[in-house]
Amino acid sequence: MTISVDTIKQIIRPYGDTTGDAMVQVSFTLPVPQGPRADAAALQLAGKMGLDPVSVVHTKAMGPDFTFFIVYGKATHLIDYASIVVPEGREYPLLTPNQVNLAIKTVLARKLVVVGACIGTDAHTVGIDAILNVKGFAGEKGLEYYREIEVHNLGAQVEVDELVARAKGANADAVLVSQVVTQKSAHLHNTKQMAAAFADAYPTSVTGGLGRPLLVVGGPRFDTVTPSDLGVDRIFGKGTTPGEVASYLVAALIPTWNPA
Amino acid sequence: MSKLGLDPEVVAKARRLAARAAEPIIELARTHTTVSVERAVLRLAGVSGADADGTPWVNRIVDAVRAQVGLEHGIALPVFHALREHQDPRELVSARFEVPEGAQAVQAGKRAREAVARGIARIDANRADRDRLLGKHGDPEPPWVYLIVATGDIYEDIPQAQAAAREGADVIAVIRSTGQSLLDFVPEGATRQGYAGTYATQENFRLMRAALDEVSGELGRYVRLTNYASGLCMPEIATLAGLERLDMMLNDCMYGIIFRDINPKRTFIDQRFSRQIHARAGIVINTGEDNYLTTADAVDAAHTVIASQLLNERFGHEAGLTDSQLGLGHAFEINPDLPDSFRLELAHAQLVRELFPDAPLKYMPPTKHMTGNIFAGYLLDAFFNLAGVLTGQSIILIGMMTEGIHTPWLSDRDLALENVRYVRRAAGALAEDFHPAPGGFIVERARRVLAETVDLLGRVADDGLLTAIAGGTFGVTRRPADRGKGLDGVIEQADGYYNPATEILEERP
Repeated sequence: MTISVDTIKQIIRPYGDTTGDAMVQVSFTLPVPQGPRADAAALQLAGKMGLDPVSVVHTKAMGPDFTFFIVYGKATHLIDYASIVVPEGREYPLLTPNQVNLAIKTVLARKLVVVGACIGTDAHTVGIDAILNVKGFAGEKGLEYYREIEVHNLGAQVEVDELVARAKGANADAVLVSQVVTQKSAHLHNTKQMAAAFADAYPTSVTGGLGRPLLVVGGPRFDTVTPSDLGVDRIFGKGTTPGEVASYLVAALIPTWNPA
Repeated sequence: MSKLGLDPEVVAKARRLAARAAEPIIELARTHTTVSVERAVLRLAGVSGADADGTPWVNRIVDAVRAQVGLEHGIALPVFHALREHQDPRELVSARFEVPEGAQAVQAGKRAREAVARGIARIDANRADRDRLLGKHGDPEPPWVYLIVATGDIYEDIPQAQAAAREGADVIAVIRSTGQSLLDFVPEGATRQGYAGTYATQENFRLMRAALDEVSGELGRYVRLTNYASGLCMPEIATLAGLERLDMMLNDCMYGIIFRDINPKRTFIDQRFSRQIHARAGIVINTGEDNYLTTADAVDAAHTVIASQLLNERFGHEAGLTDSQLGLGHAFEINPDLPDSFRLELAHAQLVRELFPDAPLKYMPPTKHMTGNIFAGYLLDAFFNLAGVLTGQSIILIGMMTEGIHTPWLSDRDLALENVRYVRRAAGALAEDFHPAPGGFIVERARRVLAETVDLLGRVADDGLLTAIAGGTFGVTRRPADRGKGLDGVIEQADGYYNPATEILEERP
């Protein structure tokens, strides 16, 4: 008997302490006073979330009108792990600072210019500083540390027009923007506005790195959108290190270079 | 009684160096003014409201005076000279201004002083009211629990703030809309939309203070209200806070420069006037050194925090603030993966406590190393709370386990308060038993940070504070003195410059 690929299934359930026990923990608040009726409502909600059986292990009144619950239950949903497609990983090799410097020096024969900022109302420079400052992030030094990269960190709450002007003035190869504030989707709005301003300022550009700077945006809450949605060349998420960004810049701006 | 055995001579040297570093900046602030300082003078004189486009009348008037005769002589003389003919300040925007001389100048100055004195009298009355209410409702025991409200809508903020007070908050901070620090005007009226916070306006201040007065009566303890002065309108927001009886204000001497890219000169000039107002209003300032550690490493940059605190202290004292009004800031931001990270935190926190024994220190929870693992974050917050109790911190901002994920949910705040209540109850007066071993790790670490502080302040005093800021000494961010926002609003005072507010505030009783 032959088994075709599409008949192979690998069913998995959450793991508490025994294979297949399917146990999960959930916490939530309901806008009702604490009591047996609230507990029943919590059980029903958990049931509708696919947990069965369920137990409410903790409830706490938060003021007269709200109750907090911690619930454990058995998830009734099954996941076929064999059908899960591996999300796309990094499409470029990770380089050391020395390799990055060598690539820039060998191919560009000048410094690679990066302009970074937090735009719009966002005052949180933590992200851009983690990537740009010498101090860096997660044990990796920031782009200021790279001998062949010239960094202009404009800081917080930079107007889009100023960013475009400074990028032009510095002849930037890449513009890095970080966006933390997500209230009312400010991060998406600001990024689109920036991309549009660069498109206007470089009307003859073909793509990032060809006629205009590469546009790179980073922040913790860009997971629901693609670069083309925003009009940028690349999105980086939470936990991105300076080395990943530097490696990407080389891959995107110096595609002819081969580290080997 | 020092638990760290700090050498009083080293401490005194650090203060002398901070004073030397601050002196040229104080001189700069004494001899210059800004558009916001002059607008604050008008606000004290009773000018309020905005035109149909929302531009405040104080901005319209200051811009008109500046365009016609400049601000080198201050706003008071040209405006009160012109007021002979224009009784409604709103008509002033179309007036012909001149800088009066001789007897006319004396007359205008006298009228200006009378008008500004009425505003300052209102600030004095508010201060007396606060003292009375503290007596009536009761003043909570430190450490005060500081909680943040930030919905963007003042009418949503109010019930949330009242709920937070009922849950145990002693201090309510209404976070401002992130864009506000870079607005060169103060918005008007009650506001219902903001980005990640609520606009600071006089009406929002009034509404929130009234709501907290109500809940203070209900709870039998006075609940303090905080907002943010830092930004381009520091002098005006400080003035409005005094007029509406806010109790604390974020007011850092360098925060706007480093984190908002506001011009250094503008910031220092605005800062001095705003602190003179705070001093008069009995407002406790909160400084922002905790922020440096969100960009710099909390171990490597520990001495920059102390150096900045000593500068903030010097600038504060010079502006008339007492030690009891200096809510110097610091934070629990050391990487928890580091061996002995808690001992290092204790060394830093105890050092700050001993350097500023009479200051209501504000201690900030971890943010940088809150990873999204809410369970580990809850533990880290508990260690932060313990460090706060153990080292006698005065104002504790309550850490949220969901820091960096979303603005706090109702349950996040409730769990955070449960955390701090447990630690306070369990630890009790543990600070009494906390005596780091002489020559031990904590004592040596504190000494080393203090020594590094002295070295740094020595360099800053020699090179100049503006040069140090330009070179990236604080928060690893470089801010040259000729760059940044708001430089256009800085004006050198001419001979005969008159500012009735400064005159009154600098008359020591």
